[in-house]
Amino acid sequence: MSLNRIFDIAGSAMSAQSIRLNTTASNIANADTASSSTEEVYRARKPVFASIQQSVMNNGFNTAFTDNPESQGVEVKGIVESEAPLDMRFQPDHPMANDDGYVMYPNVNVVEEMTDMLSASRSFQTNVDVMDAAKTMMQRILTLGQ
Amino acid sequence: MTISFDNALGIHEQALNVRVKRAEVLANNLANADTPGFKARDLDFKAALNKQMGSAQNEIEMAMSKTNSNHISTRGESGEALLYKNPTQPSIDGNTVDTQQEMAAYMKNAMDYQASFQFLNGKFKALTGAIRGE
Repeated sequence: MSLNRIFDIAGSAMSAQSIRLNTTASNIANADTASSSTEEVYRARKPVFASIQQSVMNNGFNTAFTDNPESQGVEVKGIVESEAPLDMRFQPDHPMANDDGYVMYPNVNVVEEMTDMLSASRSFQTNVDVMDAAKTMMQRILTLGQ
Repeated sequence: MTISFDNALGIHEQALNVRVKRAEVLANNLANADTPGFKARDLDFKAALNKQMGSAQNEIEMAMSKTNSNHISTRGESGEALLYKNPTQPSIDGNTVDTQQEMAAYMKNAMDYQASFQFLNGKFKALTGAIRGE
C-alpha cells in the first residue's frame, strides 16, 4: 500500500521544518551576541530546502514514468550563513570593543526570524494534518469487509 | 459458477488506488510548500483512472513490436496523468504551492477515498451475503 509513502513524505517535511525552527531559535538566541572581530561574530543561519528527486535508475523504466510522482518529500541540503552586512556599533566602553571602539553584532533580523518561525510552525501543523488524514485512510482500509 | 472479483468489485478498486496516488502527490506538494523552485503537481483523475483500468490494453496498442528478446519494452506516454498546476499566486522564489488549495484538495480527496471505500465495502458485503445465502 503506497499510503506508507505519505508518512515518509510528511515525516521528511516535519523534520525539515523542525531544523528550520532550530536555526530560528539559534538565531534569535544569538541576536545580541557581541564580538570584537568580524571573523568571530555570529551570523544568521538559514536552512536550504530541496525536494528529494525520485531516482529513475533505482526504480527501472516501467515504474519511473507511470506509478511514482517525480519527487518524494523534502530534505535539508545544508545550512548556510547569511551574507547580510554585520551590525557595527560604536561603543568604546563595551568590554568587547576593538581598537577603534567598535563592537560587532550579528546580522540577525529578529522580525524576519519571528515570521520565519510562524511560517515553519504553520507548515509543521499542515504536515501533521496530512499525516493524520493518511492515518484515518489506513485505518479505514483495515476495516474492509467487516 | 465462479465469482470473478474483477467483475464483482467494478471500478471501485482502481478508484481507491488512484485516490491513494493522488493523496501522495498532494502530500508531496504540501511537504515542499517552502522549497524554492518547486512546482506543484496534481493527478488528472480521469486519465489516471483510465490508465489503471486499461493499462494492459494500452500497452498492447502503444508498445513497439519486439523482434528480439534483448529489446527493451516500451510504454506509450500519451495522456500523462501527472501534470503541473497553474499557479494562482506564484512566489518570488519560483514555488507554486498554494498551501490552502492543496490542503482543501487533500481533504476532499480523503473524503472521496472514504466514498470509494464505502462502495467497495458494500460490494464485499454483498458478496459475503451471496455466499452465505442470506
